[in-house]
Amino acid sequence: MSSIWTYANPKKFIETTDRLLPWISVLALVSLVVGLIWGFFFTPDDFRQGSTVKIIYLHVPSALMAINAWLMMLVASLIWIVRRHHVSALAARAAAPVGLVMTLIALATGAIWGQPMWGTWWAWDPRLTSFLILTLFYLGYIALWSAIENDDTAADLTSILCLVGSVFALLSRYAVNFWNQGLHQGATLSLDKEENISDVFYFPLLVCIAGFVLLFVALVFLRTQTEIRARRTRALMVRERMS
Amino acid sequence: MIALLIRDLRLAVRAGGGFGLGLAFFLIVVVLVPFGVGPNTQLLSTIAPGVLWLGALLACLLSLDRIFALDWEDGSLDLLAVAPLPMEAAVSVKALAHWITTGLPLVLAAPVLGVLLNLPVEGFKPLLISLMLGTPALSVIGTFGAALTVGIKRGGLLLSLLVLPLYVPSLIFGAEVARRGAQGLDFSTPLLMLAGITCGTIALLPFASAAVLKVNLR
Repeated sequence: MSSIWTYANPKKFIETTDRLLPWISVLALVSLVVGLIWGFFFTPDDFRQGSTVKIIYLHVPSALMAINAWLMMLVASLIWIVRRHHVSALAARAAAPVGLVMTLIALATGAIWGQPMWGTWWAWDPRLTSFLILTLFYLGYIALWSAIENDDTAADLTSILCLVGSVFALLSRYAVNFWNQGLHQGATLSLDKEENISDVFYFPLLVCIAGFVLLFVALVFLRTQTEIRARRTRALMVRERMS
Repeated sequence: MIALLIRDLRLAVRAGGGFGLGLAFFLIVVVLVPFGVGPNTQLLSTIAPGVLWLGALLACLLSLDRIFALDWEDGSLDLLAVAPLPMEAAVSVKALAHWITTGLPLVLAAPVLGVLLNLPVEGFKPLLISLMLGTPALSVIGTFGAALTVGIKRGGLLLSLLVLPLYVPSLIFGAEVARRGAQGLDFSTPLLMLAGITCGTIALLPFASAAVLKVNLR
């Protein structure tokens, strides 16, 4: 009988991810290289924005992953609270810095794009502001993890912080929306086909998003493995000192 | 519960510092702002609602680490945990005590300081209402933050970092109420949102704080 929970066994997790990791990494690399080169060199310039439109191949996927990383941490935290699988807590811990970097990439590329387009590096626009708040959430989460010595306590506290943070992140999103109507354009991608950007930009963008997702999965797997191994090493060292 | 509340209030008044600290800080912020931006009355009355809200929030933040730190050190927190009172209720009482000792004085002091910042007359009522409704949420959220960091030595900076993003929605809606009020506009929408946030935090966050405290006391 094999259920998904068998992967909560650290040994099984490491075995499985060890087998998957090369494939995912290669796929991530290929789709990122293909997507970015396709996007940067083989798509026409936008008639209004010129070549700066190409920043979307970095900006949109990283912004997407910044939010999805928090969502993944939320799910992992819930699994930790309900079923107390250590791998889940460690995966949440492993995902946080990756999510933070994604948020920073999104903010940085946005600023670089905004300078020529909006004439400013930063505007107190709803999306920008909510991303800044998201950055703060990531920072607080990571800081809390590293401030507590006992791993299980830290896992418990950060999961509760993650739950509360998710509610407040959502709340802030609507609060800043209400607070200021900003410069940011509407959705580039949505299920509603009418609003989508034209196909020339659409397909390389999809490839880039796939690349970012795969990259995120690969990084989280790798970092979770590292966390598990670090914890084992620590346990071994403690045992050695005792004997 | 009432005994706990009275004990906390008494401690706050007699232990010194805690009670007046927030008020003094609020006063300092408000007095220093005109020096920072210049004594232009027009400008001051425009930014007054925001400055008052921000000052109240920072003053609240300043006293957060006192909520559990002393009880943690002398072990009375452990006693509270084994007392027949549920932890959620104890946490709520702690938050209430914090609000009475810091939030309420800030609300009462705000109109006086509003005069210093040249707040328009119509602005006083919305400012008072918004602070009255908003500061309980600040106390409850702060209690959660304090519970998270109670076991950590020198957790003050971490506490501020954790609580900061959680305060953003209250600040936005609260300041919006005060600003719209000062400009004579209708402020019912942000007021309802602010009330919603406060009610939501009071209803839900004590459970999170109690869970966190139990983990920390384990």
